[in-house]
Amino acid sequence: MHKLLSASLALALAAPIGAMAETPPATASDIAALKEEIAAMRASYEARLRQMEERLKAAETASAAAATTATAANAQPAPASPGDATAVAAQPAPPAAAPQPAFTPSAVNPAAATAAGGGANAFNPALSLILSGTYAHTRLDPDNYRITGFKLPPGAEVGPGTQGFSLAETELGIAANIDPWLRGAANISLHPDDTVSVEEAFIQTTSLGNGLTIKAGRFFSGVGYLNSQHSHTWDFVDAPLAYQAMLGTQFGDDGVQFSWLAPTDQYIELGLELGRGRSFPASDNNRNGAGMTAITAHTGGDIGDSHNWRAGLSMLNAKANDQVFETDNVAGPGTFNGRTTVWVADAVWKWAPGGNATRTNFKLQGEYLRSRRDGLLNYSDVSGAALPAFGYRTTQSGWYLQGIYQFMPRWRVGLRTENLNPGPAGLDTLGEPFPGPIYHPRKHSLMLDFNPSEFSRVRLQLAQDRARLNQSDTQLFLQYQMSLGAHGAHSY
Amino acid sequence: MKFKSLLAIVAMPLTMAVVPAHAALKVLACEPEWGALATELGGNLVDVSVATSAMQDPHQIQAKPSLIARARNADLVVCTGAELEIGWLPVLLQQSGNARVQAGQPGNFAAADFVRKLDVPTQLDRSQGDVHAAGNPHIQTDPRNIAAVAAALGARLQQVDPAHAADYAKRQADFTARWQQAMARWQTQAAPLKGAAVVSQHKAFVYLYDWLGMKEVAVLEPKPGVEPTAPHLQSVLATLKATPARMVIYSAYQDPRPSEWLSKNAGIPAVKIAFTVGGTEGAKDLFGLFDDTVTRLVTAGAGR
Repeated sequence: MHKLLSASLALALAAPIGAMAETPPATASDIAALKEEIAAMRASYEARLRQMEERLKAAETASAAAATTATAANAQPAPASPGDATAVAAQPAPPAAAPQPAFTPSAVNPAAATAAGGGANAFNPALSLILSGTYAHTRLDPDNYRITGFKLPPGAEVGPGTQGFSLAETELGIAANIDPWLRGAANISLHPDDTVSVEEAFIQTTSLGNGLTIKAGRFFSGVGYLNSQHSHTWDFVDAPLAYQAMLGTQFGDDGVQFSWLAPTDQYIELGLELGRGRSFPASDNNRNGAGMTAITAHTGGDIGDSHNWRAGLSMLNAKANDQVFETDNVAGPGTFNGRTTVWVADAVWKWAPGGNATRTNFKLQGEYLRSRRDGLLNYSDVSGAALPAFGYRTTQSGWYLQGIYQFMPRWRVGLRTENLNPGPAGLDTLGEPFPGPIYHPRKHSLMLDFNPSEFSRVRLQLAQDRARLNQSDTQLFLQYQMSLGAHGAHSY
Repeated sequence: MKFKSLLAIVAMPLTMAVVPAHAALKVLACEPEWGALATELGGNLVDVSVATSAMQDPHQIQAKPSLIARARNADLVVCTGAELEIGWLPVLLQQSGNARVQAGQPGNFAAADFVRKLDVPTQLDRSQGDVHAAGNPHIQTDPRNIAAVAAALGARLQQVDPAHAADYAKRQADFTARWQQAMARWQTQAAPLKGAAVVSQHKAFVYLYDWLGMKEVAVLEPKPGVEPTAPHLQSVLATLKATPARMVIYSAYQDPRPSEWLSKNAGIPAVKIAFTVGGTEGAKDLFGLFDDTVTRLVTAGAGR
């Protein structure tokens, strides 16, 4: 800027001199030098302006005002005669300053473009971002993790994940009212392996009244208690084994959900869901009709000022067509055709002295899942040749019970215990009944978390995991979960 | 399926039972002060239920099942607004399936929309603690705000329940007259507090100080919503050496220990104030709330 100022001053002085008829040779050479300097400056400015323009184009959100200024600035450096040099030299300052918004992040960031956008962004949806990362230390290799006795598709997200440091899902949440009748929300999950998935993306009615709400799109099913909650609100690092083994960790689907709240003082909510059945225990059903149906019923209330509770019963019905599952012995991959019905009984009870949960509070939560699979199993042997299909009917179950106690502000401690029953009709991977006693996977977890604020959490979790046949794994997790942006309201 | 149809059968007569022709207007108040105000203005024309108590931290409420059920049946939801209930009210309204009380509907009333807000942050950043973009939401500690909200709520009741508009107007005029009288009384009573330097546990009393002309010289919470820490309490104590305060003030729902610690170490009284209706024995209604608050403040202030 200093250079620019001195240059323009010099030019302002030089211009009248240049206009004189008899100029000493020394001055003439000075003018030549100045001309060169101007040319160099002009070239440099034009280059910079071009650069700015490119950036401006790239940042499509930049305002029209900024664009106009930049265009005006570009039109400036036209004159070549020394007489006009004054004007040229005097001018560069404003154009240099004017297109500056193109450099500031605010013009690139659509959320902040309000400055020139005349409030066009005032209707931007609420944005939130969840950042989470984990350090895991496990005694056994997570790669050979199995929940013994439960047939799961390959790539099922079971077990402690990966050892060492890892980034957990980064979750981007966007939500807003669409119009006076509808609301929309999406949760985009950015995975540490650089893939992106749509966790939830739904529209929801806000104005039907009479306690009725309809949701359509992709959403977490309302079955049970934990299923509809986002992982960053869980009280432990991982989902209970029963959820991992029978609901594919968390059951979400593409479809429609009807929920109705009874007009009573007692909370009674009934739900019906119809879906595509895109994930376990269904398999993606590309056909007419629903591949998944679910019915949910929940009730709850208060007991005095200090206690409140919620309990429910849900049923999920899922169809599977050629659902591939992992086998762990000699046979090649197997497939399942048939239907699965999962019943979930859930209950949660919360206590806070006088209803004030700020200092101390306690939460007891338990769920029982029962899955019945009915259909045909197909196997191929190691050479790939198909073995004859046989009927498969089994009832499996599992439960977890957990208690979380906030013993002082910001600090919580929790204990979870869980157990799975692969069912009396246990079959090995070749369809033969299990010889000897059936193995019951089980796990105990202890956690301690520290919440510096409502928006941040650091958690330590220690688990003894006996999901693998006759093997005990010790798992240690250190995790952080942070929430940025819009203040998300949490469900009960 | 059986369960659902059974419930439907049970629920059917209940649906009819809750909408008789001359039912009282169902009001769900988020905080006790608005419940008390709705009762003052609606009398037996309204059926008021209050979502929270004076013993609860209004920032930290959960959208529990009983509240969802009450939001579903409400004709009018009366809340503070200014993001005070941001952690739970949106969920409550979403799950209620009740079109009448959604934001923007006449059945959704936010008191803070009708008063001049203080502490409006110039910079919004969570490094500053639990700040509210719209300004300090604890508006109920100034009776002038109560008067402004009463005028707006009275009009809203008439709009939502036009059949009883004349009754609401009458009750409102009556309340306003009594409230103006009471305010004059409180102001006379609290005159000695003018200019008094005080310490707050949470930044919850800016409107009270603005009304009575008191000066907040320190806050025990290092940042809004962050629990007082030992080093911060020490620094407050040091501040008081240079600028002495007359008392330290905390709300009924808060842990009294930080204020008691300062009281003991700085030799100034710790004053618990009701903060809302039901916070103390004396704060049985809105009039009681301010009678009790002013009395407690004047008593503590006179001791010095």
